[in-house]
Amino acid sequence: MGAVVAENVRRSFDGREVLAGIDLTIGPGEFVALLGRSGSGKSTLLRAMAGLDSGYTGRLRVPGKRSVVFQEHRLLPWKRVLDNVTLGLRNATAQGRAALGEVGLAQHERAWPVTLSGGEAQRVALARALVREPDLLLLDEPFGALDALTRIRMHALLQELCGKHEPAVFLVTHDVDEAILLASRVLVLSANGRLALDLPVDLPAGRDRGTPGFAALRARLLTELGVSEEPAGVSVAR
Amino acid sequence: MALTQATGAAAPPLVDASAIHRPRTLLVKLPRPVRRAGGPLLLLLLWQLLGDGRILAPPSAVLAAGWELAETGELGVHLLASLTRVAQGLALGIAAGVLFAVLAGLFRSGEDLLDSSLQILRALPTLGLLPLVIIWFGVGELPKVALVAYGTMFPVYINTYAAIRGVDAKHVESGQTFGLGRAGLIRHVILPGAVPGFLVGLRFALTSSWLIMIIAEQLNATSGIGYLMNQAQSWYRTDIIVLGLLIYGVLGLGADVLVRFLERRLLTWRHGFGGA
Ligand SMILES: Nc1ncnc2c1ncn2[C@@H]1O[C@H](COP(=O)(O)OP(=O)(O)OP(=O)(O)O)[C@@H](O)[C@H]1O
Ligand SMILES: [Mg+2]
Repeated sequence: MGAVVAENVRRSFDGREVLAGIDLTIGPGEFVALLGRSGSGKSTLLRAMAGLDSGYTGRLRVPGKRSVVFQEHRLLPWKRVLDNVTLGLRNATAQGRAALGEVGLAQHERAWPVTLSGGEAQRVALARALVREPDLLLLDEPFGALDALTRIRMHALLQELCGKHEPAVFLVTHDVDEAILLASRVLVLSANGRLALDLPVDLPAGRDRGTPGFAALRARLLTELGVSEEPAGVSVAR
Repeated sequence: MALTQATGAAAPPLVDASAIHRPRTLLVKLPRPVRRAGGPLLLLLLWQLLGDGRILAPPSAVLAAGWELAETGELGVHLLASLTRVAQGLALGIAAGVLFAVLAGLFRSGEDLLDSSLQILRALPTLGLLPLVIIWFGVGELPKVALVAYGTMFPVYINTYAAIRGVDAKHVESGQTFGLGRAGLIRHVILPGAVPGFLVGLRFALTSSWLIMIIAEQLNATSGIGYLMNQAQSWYRTDIIVLGLLIYGVLGLGADVLVRFLERRLLTWRHGFGGA
């Protein structure tokens, strides 16, 4: 039994079918990345998994303990950082503090969200997701709005935390490199609303863009996404 | 500098970056409350110089009248009467406004039932109801309290209702994904999110409460600041009339200070622009 089981999941908006029969199983602790062009329905699938949309048909089974991190941090501006992390939990102050410590923001627990930088706010959102010890962590372009340096740090942090808590992870991203770096399996959602590709990432842990096999996988995914390979020099190994 | 020489372009004149948005005023060193009082004080000075007892008594005469009335205890009685009415009316009006806003904001059936009716009633001028109110409630305290309550309910209702409906759906989703139930959503997301709108409504309510009270007390009362002013009119006592206006003004200012205080306390999370 997996952490996610989807069978023939379909979703239409105003008669237009965005998801046209998704079949997918994600195992416990598995890290899956979903790529797809803008508007292909990635967020739609993630929202269905999050329980935020009940308008789909088909079968979709997800664990009760789920957490979501979106591209925007979505912290409640009128609650201090720690209260945001423990939102909806009872007597969770100690766990909340521990989670903030894990993302390196222990000293910000009394801060208001507006005073945080983009990267800090996103780390709080990650702490808020992980303090619930989810069996399924849903990430919808969580690093999309961050600068490149912060994104690299967030990748490392996410890997560390996922190694520790071992939730199944479903990461929606635009960034092919990010998908290959983080996930153990990469899916591509095509414009016709089906999963066009489902590839394991058979690369060693601690891989980088120079790891043998990275470039080949990258090229394959880019082709599937309908983007021709960027000119050499942009993606060369260092 | 080296860069300028390298490109051969002339160096533009530079200004200190911190000076660009610094408010340029002579009074900048004074504390904020003092600066805010400066304008009114200047006005007062002018008036003292030009004031005339028959047309518009100068501030000194107004103060003398105030002192006289305070000594006899008359002023205290009237002030207390007015304050009590406004406070009672406001309390009722705010409570009703918030209650209706929450009902209409949170429940579809509440909206269907309440919103259109309230929007229609709002179109009636509150003070136009005065004759009816006197017929219904006579000349006691009730008509004045009822009128203030009625008039202040609408701004509170309209602004709070709009704020509840305007709470960001993303924040509501946030609450939902993290396990808040309906009651939790209302308590942690919707009501806190509506506080800024409520405060806007409160500000309007406080202003209109005094407006209503001034008229109501002048037409139909045996006590209160408005009554005092009406009596003074018969004796051509412009000093007492101005005193009454002054008291209304000071009370209005006090209400403003109260709302500012509430905003600072309740909206610390905003850290918005507070004015230069
Ligand atoms: N609530 C909605 N009502 C109507 N149409 C919607 C709704 N939500 C999504 N759609 C449509 O479904 C399609 C897929 O949207 P979705 O947000 O899932 O795309 P996405 O793959 O996440 O894109 P992006 O990468 O840009 O975030 C889009 O064409 C969008 O307009
Ligand atoms: Mg999306």
